[in-house]
Formats: sequence, structure tokens, C-alpha cells
Amino acid sequence: MLAYLVKRLFQAIAVMLAISLIGFAIQDNLGDPLRELVGQSVSEETRQQLRDELGLNDSFFTQYLRFLGNAVQGDLGTSYFFKEPAVDVILKKLPATLELVFGATLIIVGLSVPLGVYTAIKPNHVLAKVIMGASIVGISIPVFLTAILMIYVFSVEYQWLPSYGRGDVVHVFGYWDTNFASLDGWSHILLPSIALASIMLPLFVRLIRAEMMEVLQSEYVKYAKAKGIHPFRIYFVHALKNTLLPVITVGGVQIGTMVAYTILTETVFQWPGMGFMFLEAVNRVDTPLIVAYLIVVGFIFVVTNTIVDLIYGLVNPTVNLARMGA
Amino acid sequence: MSLLSVRDLTVKFAMRDQTVTALDQISFDLGKGERLGIVGESGAGKSITGFSLMNLLSRPGFIDSGSIQFEGEEIAGLPDRKMRSIRGNRMAMIFQDPMVTLNPVLTIGQQMVETLQAHRRLSRADAEQIAIMKLREVYIPSPEERLAQYPHELSGGMRQRIIIAMALLLEPQLIIADEPTTALDVTIQADIMELLLELCTSNMVGLILITHDLGVVSQMTERTLVMYAGRIIEAGKTREIINDPQHPYTQGLINALPQQTLPGHRLKQIPGNMPGLAAIPTGCAFNPRCPYAVDHCRSTRPETVSYASVEVACHEVNRLHNTVLEDESA
Amino acid sequence: MSSMVDTGEPTRLQRIWQSNMAYSFRRNPVAVVSLVIFLIIAVMSLLAPVIAPFDPYDPASIDIMNSEYPPAWVEGSEPEFILGTDDQGRDLWSTILYGTRLSLIIGLCAVGLQAFLGISIGLIAGYIGGRLDNILMRLADIQLSFSTLMVAIIFLAVTQAMFGSETFNQYAIFFLIAVIGVAEWPQYARTVRATVLAEKRKEYVDSARVLGFGAGRIMVRHILPNSLSPIFVISTVQVANAIISEASLSFLGLGMPPSQPSLGSLISSGFDYIFSGSWWITAIPGVVLVVLVLVINLLGDWMRDVLNPKLYKG
Repeated sequence: MLAYLVKRLFQAIAVMLAISLIGFAIQDNLGDPLRELVGQSVSEETRQQLRDELGLNDSFFTQYLRFLGNAVQGDLGTSYFFKEPAVDVILKKLPATLELVFGATLIIVGLSVPLGVYTAIKPNHVLAKVIMGASIVGISIPVFLTAILMIYVFSVEYQWLPSYGRGDVVHVFGYWDTNFASLDGWSHILLPSIALASIMLPLFVRLIRAEMMEVLQSEYVKYAKAKGIHPFRIYFVHALKNTLLPVITVGGVQIGTMVAYTILTETVFQWPGMGFMFLEAVNRVDTPLIVAYLIVVGFIFVVTNTIVDLIYGLVNPTVNLARMGA
Repeated sequence: MSLLSVRDLTVKFAMRDQTVTALDQISFDLGKGERLGIVGESGAGKSITGFSLMNLLSRPGFIDSGSIQFEGEEIAGLPDRKMRSIRGNRMAMIFQDPMVTLNPVLTIGQQMVETLQAHRRLSRADAEQIAIMKLREVYIPSPEERLAQYPHELSGGMRQRIIIAMALLLEPQLIIADEPTTALDVTIQADIMELLLELCTSNMVGLILITHDLGVVSQMTERTLVMYAGRIIEAGKTREIINDPQHPYTQGLINALPQQTLPGHRLKQIPGNMPGLAAIPTGCAFNPRCPYAVDHCRSTRPETVSYASVEVACHEVNRLHNTVLEDESA
Repeated sequence: MSSMVDTGEPTRLQRIWQSNMAYSFRRNPVAVVSLVIFLIIAVMSLLAPVIAPFDPYDPASIDIMNSEYPPAWVEGSEPEFILGTDDQGRDLWSTILYGTRLSLIIGLCAVGLQAFLGISIGLIAGYIGGRLDNILMRLADIQLSFSTLMVAIIFLAVTQAMFGSETFNQYAIFFLIAVIGVAEWPQYARTVRATVLAEKRKEYVDSARVLGFGAGRIMVRHILPNSLSPIFVISTVQVANAIISEASLSFLGLGMPPSQPSLGSLISSGFDYIFSGSWWITAIPGVVLVVLVLVINLLGDWMRDVLNPKLYKG
């Protein structure tokens, strides 16, 4: 078990190093920190002097090591636009994005399991066919179109729900303000969460259905029937547990995709999260912020993937974590 | 009163553009504690017979007509809720491949306890005690520890023993064993069969043993059904069928056994293959492969007749028997 | 079913085409309708320069005074513009035809690139095996764990910042094809590798080797045909995904510029006008995009049911 953890940790560190190298290469090639610092009205001589002082004339490798050293201490440079440490800027935006992802995940997990199981158990029922039809339409509508459509219907036409921003948030601690503590907060996060969930939900319904149908054909399900086990127990204990194993793996990958979709959702709803901030940073060529976003997102990917792998190992009795480490 | 009485059981499969007959008017009886073998090539309908007795035919198969009486009760077409209280309780089944029969994510204990709790009001602890007792009966070493183990931690032979223990959990009247040793190593096949035989005789449990192995049938069973293309073509006491087979197909099966061939000679195989269910020949289904077939065999379906103490479905059984006798006297 | 996966004769594909596939296609109205709609969209968009009444790329034919006319069936419309005009005064019908053409070209080319990279890597990894296989598959795992869209967004954002908008816009179509094409190769590589591993054990590959055929010939002539059904199924889904990805990137301003709009950039420019009531600039290209992706997905679904390939599950 410990050996496996260590191995996983090394793998995660290797991926993070690769991401940091990409991040640094971007920083090195994109924009001129000097111009941002002193403007253009400085003589060439002072420029060279400043470059030396800032270490900008050192070799690529030396500069990368310095970048890495700072990064480990949580220093990813200062945002040109906000004149604040880039990490702070992102951490302030992070809770908004995480709450959005959380809202969408609730919708996806809460609906995909019952819908997927139902369509697998009763594949020929009219309702199951409607769900499957809706799901293929669902995966064919891009997230941003769903978002626009919902804004048009619920905000422009009927004016039931707000179309942008977070509304009244309640301070929790640190940089964390929450949407889930006030009615206004709930009304603001509802549409963005649905939009973000809109493409993943049908994907998971279809995945769970396909896996479940395969499991229901298996010998051990037939055997459970031959033992006289109640269908509910067969569906929800025998079959569902085997169904969810591959779903967990796919789910881990999809978390990454979901972070990407937050950029789209946040843009449409002007949700003040990391994704929205990132696009603004791109338009302003705010290099430290772009690089910081890349590294923070990379970190989220690596952490969630590692956690998902561990969960898979713990849930699946045929995976022996101790043996995998050897 | 017999334990099981099957009359004219017909099972069909609804395929894309036609309905094929998988079991054609099967009839047989099984007494209390009696052991019956069902023999045939793969595709003859042996397994389908087993599954239709349990009412576990999966789509697109269905029972078209006929009756199945189990302990005097008609169970063909019984609603699933009622059938569930019979399955695993009064009638248990042993599947072919123990490597895929047990659920990989549930422990042995969970799978045994759930079976008990499906049919009896028992606490988990009581159920576990019964499970341990049954595991002991099938000679599983340190059964207490097995309960916490997952199937993948056990060998195939061990798993099949556990499945036999599960079949015995609720002291059923009938066990249907569908090729219970085909997937196992040759070295442990005999052990498992012996165990099954021992447990069935000591507990007075009826056994339906589905197999393609005539040798196993001769050791394990009192009566035998030989199936071909969805029909019973010969039925009777196992001893009679092995020693004096009447149907040309059964004769072919027995002649094909390695014991029947002198060393250095080729095995005597039956020429040709069994027809698919969608293309069963008219008349006697065996006629294209039968060395004795005459015009009558190709046009009319043979009825089952009593002949020399067995039931056999062959037009030419009379002539056949005389020819064999002549051959022997010559 | 097993006979479809197992047999390796060259006539296998023909046989499927003649029997099962054609049969189930005729019997499946959804598949027929989807194919017809797809062909209509594809042919019309490819013939855009012939069909379209205006040239949306020609600044001379655009008059800003014509902007935001509604479609013909809405009050205040201009009969000249059937589907109305966009914010810049371009005829929406013509712009959509050209935009769909761009979306389709980018989608198909990107998937072509994916398939080329993935199939090559999958064949090499599976056939050579050992350390190389290990490294390539590890790489595929890592690549897959990062979402394509995320990688594409960051790559395009950095490229745009580096080259400046003007140069970027000029070459946007190539950047889009490259990034969508490169990011999804593992899908193909894993499936092809799995088939190679299964086929490598079979006798005919050994006998081909004994006969002295080179590795390249064995792979292309003997192994590749056996991976065709999963490749077909993956490709359909991938084209649909690539079109969605392209639209999403263009919507974010990281894809096709407003001067040469794809469906995504057209929706994006219309979004600013949705609150002022000019819904058609967003809605009509949106409907076209959804219908296009939907019919491709429906065809993919049908194909998956018919070919029933063993797809790699991770």
C-alpha cells in the first residue's frame, strides 16, 4: 500500500514538473517583464543592468530552477494587471469555480445513477427510450449553447432567474464566499450548474447504462437470480457495484474536462471564477496569471486523478494496491 | 409422487425474422433423491432444459407450451415473485464456470448470507454459522476465514466447492448441475463429481446432471436422457443405455469414447455436425448423419417407442437391433 | 457476433457491408434520416461558394447599414436576406453556409490527423511492445487525463498571445486542426494497440512472418483490417466531438475570427445581441450546429450497435 502511494506520488511529481516546464517556457517567451515593470522610457543601458539584476540573462536552465524554487514556495510571479501575486488572484477566484463544479457534480451524480440504472433495467420502456433520446440530443449541444439557451428562456423571456454573476454570497473564511447560504446565491448558481452539467450528465447516463447492461448479462447476475435473490438487491448490490468501477475511472478523466468547461460556462454567465479570469488574462497578455492558471489547473488534474486511482484501488477488491507498488 | 414431472415442454427463441424451436416436446420424470443425466453435444438443448426448469430463460427464449410440475405444483409460467421463492431454496443450480459465477466484488460470506436471508428470516451471525457448516461439508479448509475472502483469492476447484455448498445451503430437493466440471482442471474434476455424488446421496437430493461426458453419467446417475437437436431421442436406465444403446446416435456417442477404441486405431467419430436450430432437417433430425437412414426417416418424425427396456425415438430401431445381432453372431 | 471479430478474411468487410450493415441500415429510419440530413448539410456547405447569394468574406458586399435584419418570416425583415443579417450586415444564410463548411473541414481534418497519429502509434506500440509500448501507453494515459478542450484552450491562448491576433487569425484554421488533431490520438492508439495484441498471437501473423513479410506489410495488410470496425465507430464520435470543440474554442475567441466565422464564432458574435432581441444571429447557427452534431452522433450510435466492436475501456 505504502509502496503504491509512493509510486503514485512520484508519478504525480513528474507530471507536475513537466507542466511547470511548459509554464516556464511560456513565461520565458511571452511578453517582456521589463516593459511591464518600467515602461518603455528607460535607456538601453539601464535595461541591460536591470536584466542582469533580475537574472533575465542567466541560462534557461538556471532561470527554470529559480522559477521552480519560487513556485514550490507558492510564488508564481505578480500579475501585470492586478499588481498582486498571481497565486493570490487565482485563490480568490478558486472558490467560485469550485462551487460551480460542485453544483454540477451534484446534478450529475444525483441524476446519472438512477437514470442510467433505469434505462439499463427497462431498455424497452417508453420512458427509457425518451431518456436515451434526450441524452443523445444532450451530448450534441455544446455547453455554451445550452447556457445561452437557458439565459434566453429563463432570464430574457421569463426573467425568473438572473443571467450573470454570483449574487449575494456569504463569507465563510479566507477567500471563500459561498453561494449555498442564501436564496439569491442559489438562484445565481442554478443555471450555471445546469449548463455545466448538461454535457456530462448524458455522457454518464449512457456510460452507466452501457456498463450496467453488460453486467446484467454476466454469469454472476444469472447465478444471483438462480439463488432467488430479490431483483432490487441484484440491481443495486450485485450489478451497480460492478458497473461503477469503470465509471469511477472515466469520472476521474471527466473532472479535468469539467474544469475546461467552466471556462465556457463562466464566460457565458460572467461567473467571477478562475476560467473567466483566465480568458481576461489571455486578452490582456497577463503572462504570470496565465502561467499560474496553467499550474494551478494542472495541479487540480494531477490531484484528482491520483485520488480517483486510489479510490478505484480501494473499491475494487481485485486490485491489490500492495502488489501494484512492487 | 415424483419430485419433478415435465410434460411436452417446448421452448422457442424469437429471432430477428423467425422463431426457432430449441426444445421440442420434452417429457421426463424425476423421483425424490433420483439422479438423472442429460447427455448431448453442445447445442442439443441440455442447458436450455436446465434453465427452463428454473424459469430463467433469458431473452429471446421463452416457454411456448408444456408443463413442469415440481413437488406437485405447476411452475411453468409461474410469476417471477413466486418462482423466486423456489429458486435457490427448493431447487438450486450449479453453473458451469466457477471463475465467472461468483460476483467479484462481494465476499464469499456476503454471497452465502444473502442466499440464506433471501429465503429465511435469519440474523447475519446465524446465517454465517450455517454457511460455515456447509463449507465444512464440502471440505473447505478453515471455512471461517473464507467468508471474508473475495472469489479471486480462491482457486477454481475451491470456488466450485463453495458453489456446491451454496447450492446445499437451504437443503433443496433438487440440484441442477450444468457441466459443473468442464471449466476445471482434469485432476480435480473427479474430486468435485465424487463430492457432488456423496452429498446428493447422503442428503437424498435429486440431481439433474447436464454433461456431454457419458463416462461421468455412467458413474453419477441412475437414469439418462440423450438429447439431439432439442429432442429427447433416448431415455432409460443409465446402465441399459451405456451397455445396450438403441438409437444410432447414442451408439455413435458410445463408440466414440476412447475406451471403445483399440490403441493405435482412430477414434470412431460420428460424421458431420449437429444441425443449427434454424435448420433442423425434416423427419428424424439425425437422418443426415445416420448410417441406417431410409426414406421414411427423411420424411416422418419418429415417435418415441419402448424398446428393450428404454424409450427411443427411431423408426428403424427394430431392423437396427436385428442387424447388430446378426453382426455379432456372424 | 464472434465470427465478425474473429475471421480475418479480406472479404469480411464486404460481407458485412452487403448483409448486416445494409440490412440494419434499411431497417433503421433514424439512421437513414440522419444520413440524408448529414449529406444535405455536407453537400450544401461544400458548395457554399456556388449556392450562397453573398460572399461573406468580401468586404465590398457587406454594408453595415444592413445589420440586424430579422429572418424573412419576422416583421421588419428585408426579402433579400432570407435568414436575416448579423451584427456586421452580412447575409446570415450565406455566412452560415460558409461557416458550416469551415466547421466540417476543421472537424474532418482534425479527426484525420488524430486517426493517422493514433493508428500509427497504436500499431507501433502493439507490434514492437516492450519498453516502447510501456512509454507510449503511459503517455497516452497522461494525455487522456488532461481534457482535450483544456489543452486546446491553453495552447491556443498562448499562441494567440505570442503571435498577436492578426497573425493568429490568419492561420487559425491550421492551429485548430493541429491542436484538436494532436490532443486525441490516444483514443485510436489504445484501440488499435489492443487489436494488434490480440491479432499478434494468431497463427496467420506468424505464418506471414515466416514467409518473410516485413513488419510494415504485416501490420497494414493483416492487422489493420481487423481494427476497422472500432476505428469507424470512434471516428464518427470523434468528428462530432471535434466540431463541438472547434465551436467552443471559436466561441471563446480562440478559434476562427469574426471576419471568417465558423458556426462557433458566429454564435459568439450573436451572443452580445441576444439581450437586445436579435436572437436569430445566435439561434440559427446554433440550430445548424446542433443538428449537424446530432445526426453524426446518431449515425455513430447506429454504427456502434451494428458493428458492435470491442472498444477500449480505460
